[in-house]
Amino acid sequence: MTSLNVPMMDAALIAPLPSLHFDDVAFSHQGELLLGPCSFTLGGVGPTLVMGPNGAGKSLMLRLAHGLISPTQGSVSWSCGERPRQAMVFQQPVLLRRSALANLTHALAVNNTPRKARMPLAREALARFGLAARADTPARVLSGGEQQRLALARAWALSPSVLFLDEPTSALDPAATKAVEAAVQEFHQRGTRIVMTTHDLHQARRLAGDVLFLSGGKVREHTSAESFFNGPASKEAQAFMAGELIE
Amino acid sequence: MENNNALYVALSLVLNLDATLYQIVILSLQVSLLAVLVAAVIGFPLGAAVALWRFPGRGGAIIALNAMMGLPPVVAGLTVYILLSRAGPLGEWGLLFTPSAMVIAQVVLVLPILAALSRQKVDELLGEYQEQFISLNMSRSRMMPTLLWDARFALLTILLAGFGRASAEVGAVMMVGGNIEGVTRVMTTAIVLETSKGDLPLALGLGIVLLTLVMLVNAGAYVVGELTKRRMG
Repeated sequence: MTSLNVPMMDAALIAPLPSLHFDDVAFSHQGELLLGPCSFTLGGVGPTLVMGPNGAGKSLMLRLAHGLISPTQGSVSWSCGERPRQAMVFQQPVLLRRSALANLTHALAVNNTPRKARMPLAREALARFGLAARADTPARVLSGGEQQRLALARAWALSPSVLFLDEPTSALDPAATKAVEAAVQEFHQRGTRIVMTTHDLHQARRLAGDVLFLSGGKVREHTSAESFFNGPASKEAQAFMAGELIE
Repeated sequence: MENNNALYVALSLVLNLDATLYQIVILSLQVSLLAVLVAAVIGFPLGAAVALWRFPGRGGAIIALNAMMGLPPVVAGLTVYILLSRAGPLGEWGLLFTPSAMVIAQVVLVLPILAALSRQKVDELLGEYQEQFISLNMSRSRMMPTLLWDARFALLTILLAGFGRASAEVGAVMMVGGNIEGVTRVMTTAIVLETSKGDLPLALGLGIVLLTLVMLVNAGAYVVGELTKRRMG
């Protein structure tokens, strides 16, 4: 990971982050209620860590927030009115069957970035995530950690106001995990709203500004990281922290 | 004994670049390559479109495309013959018994193969890419070139399959081309004719060229597949 060129600043000082509102949102599939109904606002500086056991609806919530799927009830909206520029990094990075560099220039082309600006932006993003030497390597022969860094570089090149990450490190070794966490911090310092799911408590402790805790498709708790890790209020979160199996 | 002799003459025809034989080979290649090119330009976007868009009757369209892959060449030939014959709807074009008619007949045969197989491949890729595409806010029409490019190695193999079908086919080109010497005589129709005349050396020589061609096409498909696996993961 290359060092930061931007001065360290609190994200909120650069530009106000767009806040995300879930208003009575629910999602059902084939008559089965999978998430909600829930209402909350992600307004602080974050990063917001969405936590909960497997099957709690974390990924579903992220997909609803990002607009990959539409809620069957209620609405998802943003403080800025329109949909802010946003990107998502998946658990399994989805990379095109092209070189690492071409994956970035493709995303920039789709994003209507002027042709001349694409190459420098793509190279800068690759260099930032330690992939400069891998520019011409087919993306799908990169290692798991490199692939996830490439997905982050692609998101970086698009300069999103909001970045969603769905368990980005669950398939990675500790070194690669560390690189991804450093990247998440860089996004945060650049003034990007971070919404990330994880079921790794240690990771959440390292990254979280606030915690949204889900279990059984319901939002059980939304609080600052400090108060969450000092002692969560909901019994579901208490059980999760204690390592118990909960439904 | 006579057959061995015929094989010997056939080989010498091939190796000595016999004018009649090579004129037939060249025409065959021209017709089939052009047909495959036309079919690809129409068939690949068509296959991708069927994979990408949801419309009423889509299931029926997919079944029809798949079924058309097995279209008997003589039926394709008959259809094109009726369309292009003097009394037919396109009779004024005067294309019957020309190489153009043969190209049209082969396009009819190859197009469903290219469209149906590319639809399958694009559908498979779309399943993998869809969430990323929606995340990048891509429209369906913007997804099409991306998917076709990412399927490029599979499409090349499909193209070779189409070429194999076109070049080995005899019924349709016989009907709409007429097997006219020096004008519409291609390898397959020449083999049929020379065999029935008892001129085995020319038939065998053409058979050897045709077989070599089919082998080369398959070797090409194999090499492309292996390279893809190794380079693209």
